[in-house]
Formats: sequence, structure tokens, C-alpha cells
Amino acid sequence: MPSYDPTGTPVLEARGITKRFPGVVANNNVSLTIHKGQIVGLLGENGAGKSTLVKMIYGLYEPDEGEILMNGSQITLKGPRDAIRRGIGMVHQHFQLVPVFTVAENVILGDEPHKSVFVNMKKATAEVARLSEEYRLKVDVNAKVEDLPVGAQQRVEILKALYRKAEILIMDEPTAVLTPQETDELLKVMRGFADNGVAVIFITHKLREVLALADTIEVLRGGEVVGTTTPAETDQAGLAQMMVGRSVLLRVEKKPAMPKDVVLDVQDLNVGGGLSLPAVSDVSFSVKAGEIVGIAGVEGNGQRELVEALTGLRKYEATSVMINGSDALGLNPHDVHDLGVGHVPEDREKDGVVGQYSIADNMVLNRFDEKEFASKGVRNSKAVNNLATELVEDYDVRTPSIQTSAQSLSGGNKQKVVIARELAADPRLLIASQPTRGVDVGSIEFIHSQIVKARDGGAGVLLISAELDEVMGLSDRILVMYDGRVVAELDGDGADRNRIGRLMAGGEDTHPSSTYSA
Amino acid sequence: MRARYAYTLTIAILAGIVVAFAFDENRTVSVLSFSLRYAVPLILAAMVGIICERSGIINIGIEGQMLMSAFAGFFGAAITGNLILGTMIGVGTGMIMGAFLATGAVTWKMDQIIAGVIINIIATGLTSFFYSQGYVLPAITPKLRIPVLADIPLLGPVLFDNGLFTYAALLTAVLLWVLLFKTIWGLRTRSVGEKPGSADTSGINVQRTRFWNVTLAGGLAGLAGAYLSIEAASTFERGLTAGRGFTALAIMIFGAWNPIGALGAALFFGLANGLASQLQADEVIDIPQQFINMLPYILTIVLLAIVSGRVKPPAAIGKPYEKE
Repeated sequence: MPSYDPTGTPVLEARGITKRFPGVVANNNVSLTIHKGQIVGLLGENGAGKSTLVKMIYGLYEPDEGEILMNGSQITLKGPRDAIRRGIGMVHQHFQLVPVFTVAENVILGDEPHKSVFVNMKKATAEVARLSEEYRLKVDVNAKVEDLPVGAQQRVEILKALYRKAEILIMDEPTAVLTPQETDELLKVMRGFADNGVAVIFITHKLREVLALADTIEVLRGGEVVGTTTPAETDQAGLAQMMVGRSVLLRVEKKPAMPKDVVLDVQDLNVGGGLSLPAVSDVSFSVKAGEIVGIAGVEGNGQRELVEALTGLRKYEATSVMINGSDALGLNPHDVHDLGVGHVPEDREKDGVVGQYSIADNMVLNRFDEKEFASKGVRNSKAVNNLATELVEDYDVRTPSIQTSAQSLSGGNKQKVVIARELAADPRLLIASQPTRGVDVGSIEFIHSQIVKARDGGAGVLLISAELDEVMGLSDRILVMYDGRVVAELDGDGADRNRIGRLMAGGEDTHPSSTYSA
Repeated sequence: MRARYAYTLTIAILAGIVVAFAFDENRTVSVLSFSLRYAVPLILAAMVGIICERSGIINIGIEGQMLMSAFAGFFGAAITGNLILGTMIGVGTGMIMGAFLATGAVTWKMDQIIAGVIINIIATGLTSFFYSQGYVLPAITPKLRIPVLADIPLLGPVLFDNGLFTYAALLTAVLLWVLLFKTIWGLRTRSVGEKPGSADTSGINVQRTRFWNVTLAGGLAGLAGAYLSIEAASTFERGLTAGRGFTALAIMIFGAWNPIGALGAALFFGLANGLASQLQADEVIDIPQQFINMLPYILTIVLLAIVSGRVKPPAAIGKPYEKE
């Protein structure tokens, strides 16, 4: 039941917006209409132009062509300040909060209650507390933002928009950092805003959420609007096809696992967490050849530290770590690799590729010193180039040449380079961290199929992902990590999404009926 | 923890001063007065650093800004025959130097360290080249004795019988603390230095805030420079600032980018130098003068070694702001 009047004057209308950046047309003749109380889902792959569009609506960019109308009259936005003044608020994908400021300070920043030049902190605190109460966005107004979990930080971002009396609220991928429970909660909050007459623009690439929440869905591809639809008229497969421009397999196709010998066995692994609490506590598990073990968990619950420990990047203590039957306790990354371990690091920019190196060089980062590619300290360029040419082809890396520097590739193509390199070494154990982060739907499908192929080829796979769908779709067994511990182990088949979600949030392991609507 | 150390240290020093005063009134007052005078340019220069870095700009050119201002202030005063006019010329020169850094580091998004180094090189070059002997100030700077307060034993002669620059420095530190932590300007400035993206999306003009803060801070560097040539030395020599601009950066860090903290650190610095000079003058210790002159630098290294890693600079310093 739409809570808005589709026949009235739209509160905001973007008409024929075009925005060019050097070398790309980010938005080409894009239009968007939204009414008071309406939720518009803006769907598209990375680079489809969603963020560019809303940044123009928020005044961060100026459109090259086209016009923006509010309540029927044309407006020009000179910057966010202008947008805020007109009642446009935005919750950014990467939180725009000052970590060392308190919640109240963050909310009022830029629009401070004051007595002459002095900030009236008392009034500010009271006002923010009132808003937090009214909209049920629970947060301690005097806490420093850096001490808050991401979910609470997001509530601060929303409060910031509400404090500025936003009539149009832009939410840029708000659920990317949330647990399934938090996501459900947020979707309810957003519906509440719409019921109060706020127009909500909801950007996402998660099909399930947009179908559950939006009144209308606008799909962008390659900077153009490829379709406008409603949840009633379409489904996940239909939306995916619109996004990518071809039909996409949303479900990973895989045969039942055929587990063989243990390739990774970890007993009582502990990692210190710097000054604070231990990052990983008493973790024990094993991975067999021919199976995918997925680790589900909200980011920051020790997954990164666990992976860094196993790959030799971080100091740790453990009773034993065996890889392929060899003692791997405390080995350095090079020796870990030599035991037959492939590692897809979670931060490809920082740890996955060397941006300044060519694609060819990046393809042998893990094996440059092996006989095949170097003899007596002299590089065998021909072998390197042959391998690179072959991998670029096999993994469909979109690049003008193998000599192109890795940094000029898009995120998805960089990730393909990393995956290609690690799988080409034919690992016995593949440790893949967030293998599809920031990668578009089409590439996700491909990367998933490669991981399954590696499994079927006899490799053991340890998969770490913040995307619950990914863990559930790929894994033969699922471990749930919370607060540095493995709190549960489940069978991959028929795992209950809600149950895992609750475990990820540190909840009790029970089995209530599903309430998720999708 | 840090605050408690600072607290304990302050109490200990104050107690030491009182004990010393009980033993030898004149010497104590003279050492403390010397210490305060020594601290004045350090206080002002540290405030320059705090304003700039709290806005996200590293100002390694404070030394050069002070030197240029000391030069312009002195010759301005000598030529016009007016100390106030000279001081104003010094402050104005400081602001021009501030604007110079702001243009390079903010507008042009140059590397901030390089922009600062350029200022230092230009200042050394210009002031050496145009330096000429034979100019004198029209008068010595008058002292302002504050009635009644100046009669308090110990405190009076040390704190309330000083040149105008000294009062200005102390007031600046207190005022800057209020401005930074209690006003709209302070909140916005800190947001710009901590997370400019957040300030920008909150409708604050990051570039403009940075530009003006750096420029106005240059005025304080100008005041510090004018103090050195017009009041402290009553003359200008090549390299008059003698590294004080760099020492001030250490003081800023030691004071954890807090004006009151930096004020305390600068006074501590002054006291250490005051004591060393007095001990030297009394021939209590027989150390060659050169070693005494090394003291500020050694102290700088020691202080930095102690605090490094324990205090956190503003998160965005050194990085030009680019909209994503």
C-alpha cells in the first residue's frame, strides 16, 4: 500500500541529468521523480551512476546538463549547505562522522545551536536526545563516535539528517555494514520516515532489500536509467537481469562436497588485539580438501586477524596449526605459501595487487621466484607474459594489455587478477577473504564459480565474508564468529539465515520462526 | 593518565618555585621573569601550530614566518620611528606569510612540508640579503605594570610587570582554548582538521576555513617575530629566531595540540632555560656556554621522545582535502 500520493507535485524531480567526468559519462540523461512519503530504490552495479546521481541531488556535484526541481520549481544547488537548507539530507555510505567528537557534536556540526559565537552544548545535547527518542534511534548522545559500533554510528548519521529537518533523505548503501537483524530494524525505521511524509531515496545493490522496502525501483546501468518498476511487477531475477543486462545466476550451482583429507587444522588459536581485548580467542577448526568452509560474522569480530594469522601476516599463539600435514605454526607468509596456500586478501588495493606494477607482474607476485619464472635470479619474462596472457583470457580480465598497470583496472577486474593469480598456483588450501567485495553482480557470479571449481578440483577453501548470502550460498560448512570466537558450526545446506544472523550479533542459538520478508 | 602526570609535574614545579622563593627572593623572581620572557615567542608560535594543525595543515614554516616578521617589524619600527607601527607591520608580514602557506598548501594542494620548507628558505634568504646594519629602534618597549596585582609577592613581579607582548601571549593561549573548545568556529575548525569530508557534507567550507585559519595564524607568528626583534633583542640579526619555530612545534605536540597544554609546555621550557642560565651565571656549574645554548634542542628531542606515540595529532593533518 503506497503511503504517498502519486498524482501530486513531486517533492523532488531530476530531469535529464547528464554528468561527465574525464573519460566517462557517469550519468546520461537520467531522470528521477519522488513524492512525499515515497521510497524510491535506486538499484545498479558499481559504477552504474547511482552515487553520482545522488551527489548531484545533494549538491556535491553540479550536473552538466539537466535540471533539478523541488516542489515543481527549479533549483540550483551550490553545495551540500544549499541542499541541507532546502531539506535534503544524506546518509553516506562511508560515514561522514568525526570520530573524536561526541554524538551530539557530530549531529549539530554545521548547524549549531548557539549563544553569540558560543556553541550551546546543553541545548544541543537535549535536542539530539529528543530526536533519538522520537525516532527510536537509540544512541548515547554523549558517547564519542569512535567508541560506537557501526550500527550506532549509522543511527548518528540518520539523526544528523533528521536534525536538519530533512524532507528528502538519501540513504547510500545503508545496509552494507549491518547485520541481518540491524538491516531489518533499519528497513522498519526507513518505512517509518516515509509514513511521516519523508521522501526516501534508498541506494543499494541488494535485491532482497529493495524488493522488501521500495515503493518504486529505478534501475541504472552504465549511467543510464534502464527501467523503472515496482516490487509487485518484478522479482530478484528480473532486477538482476535489468542491472547486468543479461540473465544472471543468483544462486551458486554446486554439487555436494566430497571432503577428503584435512588440509588445514587449527587448534586453540589466539591473536592479541593490540591494547584492547584479544581479537581472536581459542579458535579451533579444520578444513578438508574438497570442501568450502565459510566464516560468517559481522566485520570486526576477529575474522581479519584470524586470516592474517593463518597467512603469516600477524603474530599469534596456538597449540597447533597444520597445513597439508606440515607444522605451520608461526611461519612467515612466504613459507605459508610454499605449503600450498593461496590467499585472496580482503583489501585488494592494499594487500592484493601492487598498483604500479603491470598486470603481468601482478600475476606472478606469489611465484616470481619459482623456477618456472626465474632462473639464477634472472626473470623469465616470456614465461611470465605467457602466463599472464593466458590468465587474462581465462578470467576475462578487461584490460587493453597485460602491460597495463594494475591500478588502472576497475575493482572487479583487479579482483579477477588476484583470484587468477592465487588459483593459478593450484593451491591445496585457498583462503579467500571478502572475495567479491565491491565487485559487480556479473563478476560475482564468475568468481563464485571459480571458487567452486577450485573446490571440485580438490582444494580446501576457507571463505570469509561479511555478506551472509555469499557465505550461505557457497559454504559446505559454516562457522559463525562473534567477538573473536567461533560461536557455532552449521551445515551449509539448509542453514537458517535468521539463526546465523542472531549468532552473528552475539545472540543465543535458538530456532524461532523466520520473520524475514523477501 | 596523561592529565595526571601533567598535574603532578605542575604541582611539583610550583612547590619547587615556592621553596626557592623562600630561600632567595630576588634570584627566584629574576629566573622566573627570564623564563617567562623566554617562553613568550614559544607560546605564540605554538599557538600558530595549533591553529594550523587543528585545521589540518602542517605548518613547518613557522620559523620562516617569524623570521620575516621579526625583520619587517624591526626595520618597520626603526624606519617609521614607531614601535606600534613596527609591530603592526610585523603582524601584517606574518599574515602575508600565512597567506603564502595557505595558498600553497590549501589552494594549490601542495605538499605541506615542502610549502613550509619553501617559506623557511625564502625567509632566510630575503632577511639575510636585505639585512643592513646601522638601524636602531626609536625607544625601548615600555613595561606595563598592573597596579595592585604587581604588588603580590612572587606572582606580582613575575606576571604583572611585563611588556605588552607577554600579556598578549598569555591571553592568546587562554583565548584560543576558549575559541577552540567552546565556540562554533572551534567546533568547525576541529572537524576540518579531523575529518574534512564530514565537515564538507555538513555544509562547512573546508578550503575556506583552512585558508583563513592558516592566514590568521600567520598573524600570531608575526607577533612572535615582532616580539623577538622589537622587545627581546631590540635589534635584528640574521637567524634571529634560532630554531624557535621548530621548538614551538615540539611544544605543540607536548601540549597535545591543546593551547593550555602548550602554554604549560612552553613555560616549562622557559623555566628549564632560565634555570640553566642562572646556574651558569652563578658559576654553580661550569659548563661551556655552547652546551647551555644546546639546551632547547636537547630538551626538544627528549620531550618528543617521551610523548611520541602517546598523543594523537588531528587525524587529517598533512592531507590536502579532495572531494571524493
